[in-house]
Amino acid sequence: MSVTEARPAGAAFAAEKAWRLNPQVALRDESFGALAYHYGNRRLVFLKSRLLVDLVSSLGDYASAAEAIAALVPERQRAGYGRALARLAASEVIDAR
Amino acid sequence: MPADTAPLPLKEQFTRGLDAPICLTWELTYACNLACVHCLSSSGRRDPAELTPAEARGIVDHLVDMKVFYVNIGGGEPMLRPDFFDLVSYAVDRRVGVKFSTNGTRLTPGRARQLTALDYLDVQVSMDGATAATNDAVRGEGSFAAARRAMDNLAAAGFGPFKVSVVVTRHNVGQLDALAALAEGYGAQLRLTRLRPSGRAVDTWDALHPTAAQQRMLYDWLVERPGVLTGDSFFHLSALGEPLDGLNLCGAGRVVCLIDPVGDVYACPFVIDRQFLAGNVRAAGGFPAVWRESALFASLREPHSAGACASCGSFDACRGGCMAAKFFTGLPLDGPDPECVHGHGETALAALGDRPRSVPGHSKVGRDGTPVPVPTPVRFRSPARA
Repeated sequence: MSVTEARPAGAAFAAEKAWRLNPQVALRDESFGALAYHYGNRRLVFLKSRLLVDLVSSLGDYASAAEAIAALVPERQRAGYGRALARLAASEVIDAR
Repeated sequence: MPADTAPLPLKEQFTRGLDAPICLTWELTYACNLACVHCLSSSGRRDPAELTPAEARGIVDHLVDMKVFYVNIGGGEPMLRPDFFDLVSYAVDRRVGVKFSTNGTRLTPGRARQLTALDYLDVQVSMDGATAATNDAVRGEGSFAAARRAMDNLAAAGFGPFKVSVVVTRHNVGQLDALAALAEGYGAQLRLTRLRPSGRAVDTWDALHPTAAQQRMLYDWLVERPGVLTGDSFFHLSALGEPLDGLNLCGAGRVVCLIDPVGDVYACPFVIDRQFLAGNVRAAGGFPAVWRESALFASLREPHSAGACASCGSFDACRGGCMAAKFFTGLPLDGPDPECVHGHGETALAALGDRPRSVPGHSKVGRDGTPVPVPTPVRFRSPARA
């Protein structure tokens, strides 16, 4: 039965820009990370680590996504988290502010 | 957890269940003015024990507490419930989104405007054929025209992209392009779901379910059209090649469930049978207690063996298919799906004797007291009075 349905096409991600958790998105904490549901496009997305949940939740506190990544993510994992944010931008979980 | 312990893959976590469902199906009433031959809940007559408006709002409150983002509302025909709009408004006002399925017969211009005014609401109008002849053979005389009228009303009200919801059968699988065009003509989205041998379809599945060749065609058609919604219902076809879009797992009692009109909680909408009854929302603790403490759900969340499918190279793709499809065709739950793409289901079915009989459910009954499984004509108020 229905779990994931819509296929949005969000903005291209640029790490030097300022981002935030989309105000239309609600997070539900889970042991693996969180469920993220977008009330606009009805898309359900899985955030697969606690660190990603923390990163997404605090994007709005930093001048750029790159700054947020530098502040929160261990160096060797930064490229991966950058790619994760790009995917979340595509599904409109995060949006440019 | 220790840093050197890799977390379980997400799919594995889902099969072990979450503290709250991702989403659930909630059937508001067994009352229906149609009598579709494949109705998964054998609907027709309202059950006198159906939840009161206050009890229904109490469920919404629990869903808010559990952070369930949306519910799939169905029936019966949910718009026949007198408190339908009150309840839907109560839910969406609390950010419990509603996706509701309707046969469209009560979706007048005025009600289409009411629906348009609500946020977080999706409408799925059921239609099981691109022509009246194909559709009405399953859903009843006049039901195609009623569904079209509902779609016209939604379009005129500016509802936006509603969904045209089709149960794929042997007779409409050749009309997928026409159905896609019909949906596109409204700016709507096409949604295809799998026919399960549940409810009244226990008796009609043999004649209605797509043939093996049609399933192959359906898979190819879906792979080419990722924009077509499927509600994850064809994951048994993922054994044919690349997986279809979605979680591709059975979420019954793990990440989804059903609340029926009298408050009974079942593992999924397609297994309304005592064997899959987890509890009732009227018991102490309500729905959250059923979800978290039911012995049935606990057993579904335990690791299961692949059973007869263990030696099949496709098991990781199809996970043995649909529990409901197996149960209602009399197949063991740890065996192949009756529509296994490798034909193992057909072989198993051929070796079977009797299968579980259809319970009368809430079907309307004929003069002799037996359920009436045939479609009944629908009569409508004239649009002028709507």
